[in-house]
Amino acid sequence: MKIGVLALQGDFAEHIIRLKHIGAETAEVRLPRHLDGLDGLIIPGGESTTFGKLAVAYGLIEALQAFGQSKAIWGTCAGAIFLSRDIHRNQPLLGLMDIVVERNAFGRQVDSFETDLDIPALQEIAPGSGPYHAVFIRAPLIESVSGDARVLSALPDGRIVAAQQGHLLATSFHPELTEDDRFHRYFLKLAS
Amino acid sequence: METQVGTWTEKKGLAQMLKGGVIMDVVTPDHAKIAEDAGACAVMALERVPADIRADGGVARMSDPGLILQIMDAVTIPVMAKCRIGHFVEAQILEAIGVDYIDESEVLTPADEQHHIYKHDFKVPFVCGCRNLGEALRRIGEGAAMIRTKGEAGTGDVVEAVRHARAVLGEIRRIQNMPAEEMMAYAKEIGAPYDLVVETARLGRLPVVNFAAGGVATPADAALMMQLGVDGVFVGSGIFKSGDPAKRGAAIVKAVTHFNDPYILAEVSRNLGEPMVGRSVSTMPEVERLAGRGW
Repeated sequence: MKIGVLALQGDFAEHIIRLKHIGAETAEVRLPRHLDGLDGLIIPGGESTTFGKLAVAYGLIEALQAFGQSKAIWGTCAGAIFLSRDIHRNQPLLGLMDIVVERNAFGRQVDSFETDLDIPALQEIAPGSGPYHAVFIRAPLIESVSGDARVLSALPDGRIVAAQQGHLLATSFHPELTEDDRFHRYFLKLAS
Repeated sequence: METQVGTWTEKKGLAQMLKGGVIMDVVTPDHAKIAEDAGACAVMALERVPADIRADGGVARMSDPGLILQIMDAVTIPVMAKCRIGHFVEAQILEAIGVDYIDESEVLTPADEQHHIYKHDFKVPFVCGCRNLGEALRRIGEGAAMIRTKGEAGTGDVVEAVRHARAVLGEIRRIQNMPAEEMMAYAKEIGAPYDLVVETARLGRLPVVNFAAGGVATPADAALMMQLGVDGVFVGSGIFKSGDPAKRGAAIVKAVTHFNDPYILAEVSRNLGEPMVGRSVSTMPEVERLAGRGW
């Protein structure tokens, strides 16, 4: 199993560490040809405006859209924004997932937080395991899901923070910043 | 459900999101938009870029919070701002207006010539400059969640940025091969907290994100720093003191992403117009050098 991590900018190295930890082969993706031979792709945290700029400049928008038709893609934070269809502002997006995302929905850095989430889907990976400790950093919110997209997790007040659409996955938090590898294992299952 | 804010993971984490990116100095909301459009991963809001601070002389202080707020309104990317070394009230003000990161910076005139700010007391994260591993680990010990090598700001001369990056990264390579019994004496020698020396040796890198700064003026300079092993690059005067800031900014962003690809570096380095007027550090009198500020 070989998983690429989009390495235009952001915490791609943290994802690579977690992937190696669970036995996946990895590759950094900066150009369309780097997608050859991959079974799945992670779009890391970072700045979605920077991703958009560089993806447009190097022909990655079309290449990633084609890749996502058949292969698994998971976006964390900025990656979730990049996967979405609509963010109420004009910036390059892949538009692969039927989700509407609001950037910086919780405020600025001083409002960033950590909290425990209930994520039933992770029971497939680790039956009987406890809540998931999630790190949110200047995090986006998934405003709504439509079509084939479904909610994977929400905060107690109902605001959506993780969604899945077939082999596509979006989380507004950062599983790569914790030692808990359940989400990476969940993604590996989607990619296989 | 327990929710925590302002944790060490949160503070360090935002810097992790900036990795592989370019943080640009901006002095107006228009600059900030140009920087965002060029692909900057964050901006540093200030009244004067370091080259002008140098030229103007006098006391350099925290920028007007009104200006910083205007820049925060102009862009969606994180906004950083500078306070003077040891000036914890300037830091309190910057935290109160909601900046995303505070740079306790030698580019401003120090407010305290013995002590830096105790940064663990703040919810907002701090970045601090360093010239060597001891200085980096002292700052992390005080609570800096991100480090940048100092270089020599406002010169457009990359030589000091290289010197400081090589110092920090070279010392890390050295302690990785150091037997455990030598680490206490080494910690004493470089004036660093022992636990952080041990942790750095174990990780093979600083325990927080480490950017380069101070003298980066071209895409090649930025890629040089990345190949030396830093996590990203600050560009101060190098963009908005150049002939075509939008074009040069975008080129430096591409150079940081594709730092290992000479063909892309050759392409983005073409036709960028005038770079900032440089000032050689080797002929600069000691009193004009900013990097010596910090204790």
